Amino acid sequence: MPSSWNSLRDDFPILHQQVNGKPLVYLDNAATTQKPRVVIEALSHFYERDNANVHRGLHALSMRSTDHYENARSKLARFINAQAPEEIVFTRGTTESINLVAASWGSANLKAGDVILLTEMEHHSNIVPWQLIAQRTGAKLRYIPITGDDGLLDLSQIDRLLTPEVKLFAFTHVSNTLGTINPAAELCARARKAGALTLVDAAQSIGHMPVDVRALGCDFLAFSGHKMAGVAGIGVLYGRRELLDAMPPYQGGGGMINHVELFESSWKPSPERFEAGTPNFADAYALGVACDYLEGIGRARIKSHDGELAERAYRALGELPGIRLIGPPGERGGLVSFALRDVHAHDVVTFADQDGIALRGGHHCNQPLMKKLGLASTARASFYLYNTAEEIDVLVASLRRTIRFFGG
Amino acid sequence: MSSELTELYQQVILDHNRRPRNRGRLPTANRVAHGDNPTCGDQCHVYLRLDGDRIAEISFDGSGCAISQASASLMTTQLKGKTAAEAQELYRQFHEIVTTGKEPEEISDLAAFAGVHAFPARIKCATLGWHAALNALKGEPAPATTETHSD
Repeated sequence: MPSSWNSLRDDFPILHQQVNGKPLVYLDNAATTQKPRVVIEALSHFYERDNANVHRGLHALSMRSTDHYENARSKLARFINAQAPEEIVFTRGTTESINLVAASWGSANLKAGDVILLTEMEHHSNIVPWQLIAQRTGAKLRYIPITGDDGLLDLSQIDRLLTPEVKLFAFTHVSNTLGTINPAAELCARARKAGALTLVDAAQSIGHMPVDVRALGCDFLAFSGHKMAGVAGIGVLYGRRELLDAMPPYQGGGGMINHVELFESSWKPSPERFEAGTPNFADAYALGVACDYLEGIGRARIKSHDGELAERAYRALGELPGIRLIGPPGERGGLVSFALRDVHAHDVVTFADQDGIALRGGHHCNQPLMKKLGLASTARASFYLYNTAEEIDVLVASLRRTIRFFGG
Repeated sequence: MSSELTELYQQVILDHNRRPRNRGRLPTANRVAHGDNPTCGDQCHVYLRLDGDRIAEISFDGSGCAISQASASLMTTQLKGKTAAEAQELYRQFHEIVTTGKEPEEISDLAAFAGVHAFPARIKCATLGWHAALNALKGEPAPATTETHSD
């Protein structure tokens, strides 16, 4: 690990505190990442100097604010190698991005007998919006199974499942519970060959590895700002421009119309069509700053750093008595999920918290996956660029004490 | 090990977690209710055989953390032989213990749960089995869910 990694910790003010009398060890990054000082300061500077509503304003502050907002859109487009800024729709986060596609594209394109293909490792946010639109249109859901505790997609099933009825295949890039990195480019290519559109849930990959929509070959990509060093309440839907321009509005209101008459209106093209009402311009600006921050470090470097930590954690945790590790033993995203034979995940999390360690325990919004694995919950340690190998040693020592306490 | 933690995980609780009492389906039950904590996935079924207004037999099963399992186990030992009104009164006492940390004047095993009050996120774990039991007593058909209770 290069020494510069440790100095990155100084960029994150929140890390320098004690929790329950112990130095904070923040290992809940798959839920939300911490924010570097540059992002926090960008936000307060924005409100101190530039705040005004975007678009339509003719005064200096409004123009400045609009520039910040639209520059952020351009930055996000470059960040994922989109063709144009118009392919970036700002949303509240991954969940709203997926709901937007399900409600807008789904209502215009799905009919009885059509199939939406998902996988058994999807987060509830990539299941429930499809259930809602399936109920309204008569379309059916279908799932690619996983192989078991190894948590890989059973790709031997894909040709059987990718039939002509499949209109859209939505899948996660990196599983938030298993850590599995799915072969997204291959999956998109196979879907395209079968005539289906693709939506990639990039919530767990976007801040952790290079994500290039043209290399992936996806039609839609959804992610949240707060899982990539940005703040909560802002996220992105990427969509290929011709698809977005053909989709009906998601919500109606100001900012998305060309003309409004009493009984009908006409819409702007994307992205404005999908951004009714005052957008979250300040947080979008801060998200652009987060992109710059991550680019300054390099996402390929972040990927190998997080991957090394996850690998180290997987090996060290594997030596604990009565532990069941969930997810692939090989390449994995920056997280490890586990279940202890004698200690429930919530007791694990409470004990870790007393040692200053932030873990997550529960079903991780993956109830169907938990059911498949025969588990009610797991505990999860998830890593980011500021975590260190020493923090994994602290975690393992804490878990050993917990296991001893419960008589394991 | 912090003192809050040893207070939360008292020996009584650890013992009930390791060796739950009255665990399993009750074949003679004439009332059943299910408790569910959707935020963490904890589940608890409570089975009662009511004899008139009195709980003649009681058992539970389910899965969850040490606090929820020990609480349901201890609850079954406390509720056996009680009337519905007595059960309500015991729950009132238990609720006060887990929310305030104040131990009751009378000596009671329920006092083992006083440490829960320092961990507000865990109060729902401690009360899950009780909610299911009270619903079973009322003959409430819907599952008890922690999301519709104030605690």
